[in-house]
Amino acid sequence: MKLECKHVWEHISGYLDKQLDPELLAAVEKHLESCEVCSAVLDSTRNILILTADDRTYELPVGYSARLHARLEAVLKEESG
Amino acid sequence: MRAATATNESALISRVLAGETELFHELIRPYERLVYVTIFAILKNETEAEDAAQETMISAYRNLKSFRGEAKFSTWLVTIAMNEARKRLRKAKTAAENSLTEAVEEVEGDFTPAVLTDWREIPLEALERKELKEKLREAVAMLPEKYREVFVLRDVEELNQEETAAALGINITLVKVRLHRARMMLQKMLVPYLKSQTPARGGFFRRWFQ
Repeated sequence: MKLECKHVWEHISGYLDKQLDPELLAAVEKHLESCEVCSAVLDSTRNILILTADDRTYELPVGYSARLHARLEAVLKEESG
Repeated sequence: MRAATATNESALISRVLAGETELFHELIRPYERLVYVTIFAILKNETEAEDAAQETMISAYRNLKSFRGEAKFSTWLVTIAMNEARKRLRKAKTAAENSLTEAVEEVEGDFTPAVLTDWREIPLEALERKELKEKLREAVAMLPEKYREVFVLRDVEELNQEETAAALGINITLVKVRLHRARMMLQKMLVPYLKSQTPARGGFFRRWFQ
């Protein structure tokens, strides 16, 4: 199976998520070995996912949890009786 | 580990339903963050997101009886959170904005990535990295809603395909398609920042702001 660049692009996500079937995976990898453009597309997309993962710890508003539980407590009290 | 958590969780749910309502606090504690982040990604407003997160949890409490345990509890919560966020978003939009957004979303766009031959490594320097993340957040915020939802659930929240499909009420194929498109759109938007540069120290971002 020989792939063109634009076909490889369609499978970038599948490749990153390890969802390509073996035959397609082999074809994509073969293409990537010799194609600078597709390798750069793949790496830049992967970098976005790495940054996303790295950003996952962004801060919640101060006091969020306390206010949430206080409001819940009020509802629980009101409705349990 | 996961199984133990799930068992503990279903035991908690039964006890809450049996009248130990105080335990509801404990039940939702592990998901406070998940619920907030999911909603914030849609609403992009802290105050509104916090209020919606509270409403989500209250609604989960009131509807706990209807949780059947077919989905994971976290997925069920995300579904409620997503509905709450969408409801508020609809309310906030004027009719004009609405039709505009829909028009944009209907466009079968070109979801190909930006071509580059030289990319840069993710900067290790804290400040530069922080700026790049800021750009990433802006880009995510600019994605059309249906793509942003999938991106947030899959790549930010790390829900799996099945959970994402369940939370959004769409099928797995659509999850895959939208995720791929979301990533390609982000790659295109962020490519100026991902390209290889050899600037003077500290000059990298300045040139994009000029």
